[in-house]
Amino acid sequence: MDAFLSTYVWPGLIMVGQSLLLLVALLIFIAYVLLADRKIWAAVQMRRGPNVVGPWGLFQSFADLLKFVFKEPVIPAGANKGVFLLAPLVAVTLALATWAVVPLADGWVIANINVGILYIFAISSLEVYGIIMGGWASNSKYPFLGALRSAAQMVSYEVSIGFVIVTVLLTVGSLNLTDIVMAQSDGLGTRLGLPNTFLDWNWLALFPMFIVFFISALAETNRPPFDLPEAESELVAGFMVEYGSTPYMMFMLGEYAAICLMCALTTILFLGGWLPPVDVWFLNWIPGIFWFVLKASMVFFMFGMVKAFVPRYRYDQLMRLGWKVFLPISLFMVVVVAFVLKLTGWA
Amino acid sequence: MGLQALFFYIFAFIAIASAFMVISARNPVHSVLFLILTFFNAAGLFLLTGAEFLAMILLVVYVGAVAVLFLFVVMMLDVDFAALRTKALEYAPVGALIGIILAAELIVVIGGSVISPELAQNTAMPIPAVSERTNTAALGDVLYTHYVFYFQLAGLVLLVAMIGAIVLTLKHRVDIKRQNIAAQVARTPATGVEVVKVKPGQGI
Repeated sequence: MDAFLSTYVWPGLIMVGQSLLLLVALLIFIAYVLLADRKIWAAVQMRRGPNVVGPWGLFQSFADLLKFVFKEPVIPAGANKGVFLLAPLVAVTLALATWAVVPLADGWVIANINVGILYIFAISSLEVYGIIMGGWASNSKYPFLGALRSAAQMVSYEVSIGFVIVTVLLTVGSLNLTDIVMAQSDGLGTRLGLPNTFLDWNWLALFPMFIVFFISALAETNRPPFDLPEAESELVAGFMVEYGSTPYMMFMLGEYAAICLMCALTTILFLGGWLPPVDVWFLNWIPGIFWFVLKASMVFFMFGMVKAFVPRYRYDQLMRLGWKVFLPISLFMVVVVAFVLKLTGWA
Repeated sequence: MGLQALFFYIFAFIAIASAFMVISARNPVHSVLFLILTFFNAAGLFLLTGAEFLAMILLVVYVGAVAVLFLFVVMMLDVDFAALRTKALEYAPVGALIGIILAAELIVVIGGSVISPELAQNTAMPIPAVSERTNTAALGDVLYTHYVFYFQLAGLVLLVAMIGAIVLTLKHRVDIKRQNIAAQVARTPATGVEVVKVKPGQGI
């Protein structure tokens, strides 16, 4: 019995506790990311943004949560009821499931698996199902068109994201996310004889890939300027037209969890994860989680700014960008990076 | 070990049950969704055997891309599956034959490794132990180091197939307007604007 307790029960309970802690922290973070998104957008347009609930509107997201939860969910008569209700669940579950492998600081990870980056890539490639199921089950024209657009868009941009990840993996030589971060403590900067600074991180060594990844991340998460699945000027609200109250909130939550994940992934792959920007004692003394959240928030600030000032793409231009611009660039860079690593022996 | 067995039975049961639902669901979209569930549980079974790379690639390739296309086609096409189902019995003998052949092959392969376990050592590429080499690296050794020629040959076959499909479907229409991005970007005030001096009362 003791062996059973120490092998299964206690580790299981610890893992459940860690997961709950991460989940709560993540949900509170998402609440403020939502608020930040609206505030940034408002500031660019010289508005005040949400400022009524709580000081500076800090509790706006929680008020919205209560509003969504207490409304009545309406299911359209012609909808396929099971799939209609399953779609938001799929969207939010998959978006939160990816966080299991994200290292927030050295050793702060729930599942430190060997193929962490592939796990994230696999689960985030499944997120399209939430959208496509919701669009189909609504049994209505606009949601269906939105779902089809979104399916094509997300599948297209996954290809270039995959190649960008391959270039990073070539320089690191491991699929483990912790290894990817640790490998960036010794990069281009130190090879050129500089001290250990933010120049070591992958964003400099793989600069065009950093930009390609950022733009592909926008497209993958259906953020403006690539928010064609829910383009309100053409499709009302895309795949979410028929949704209201809690199911709608779950779609929203899934979307923002995916956005936060992309910010975290950009931080891990290109911005050195939890490593401090300069290797000096007082910056090393600050806990890694602070640097991680700071960098991820900066990436999100860029997401918010892009939403505020870039007009929406036309659908054919979106497809052209994905297949005719990003795919050749990233494919070419895979070959270039492989050659450079082979010839210099840096790998 | 007990936990592993428990998960094996969970994954295996759901995989078989949802595979059964794939062929018995009335709505074709539900069939595809059950197919996705089957793939998912197959990935879980791969994970249990320690083949983590295969599990993830199964999710990325089959669930993330192939099944999306399936779903796409099934949603778009207006096929009357009820009419197709009435003829299903006609094809039952062929289906049964294929099933028997597959089952026999599985029995030969699995039975062979059970009867003489030393057979696995005689394969051209011995499988390294999990502790020495992660299976991502082991697969990389086989594909890109030892059998790179066959790998490239397979790639070439796929390339030819892709070009063939594009050639068959591509119709270059000359009577529609196309956007030339390079020409648009290369426009300057000198080439894009013409300044006309209009005298009063004359027009252009």
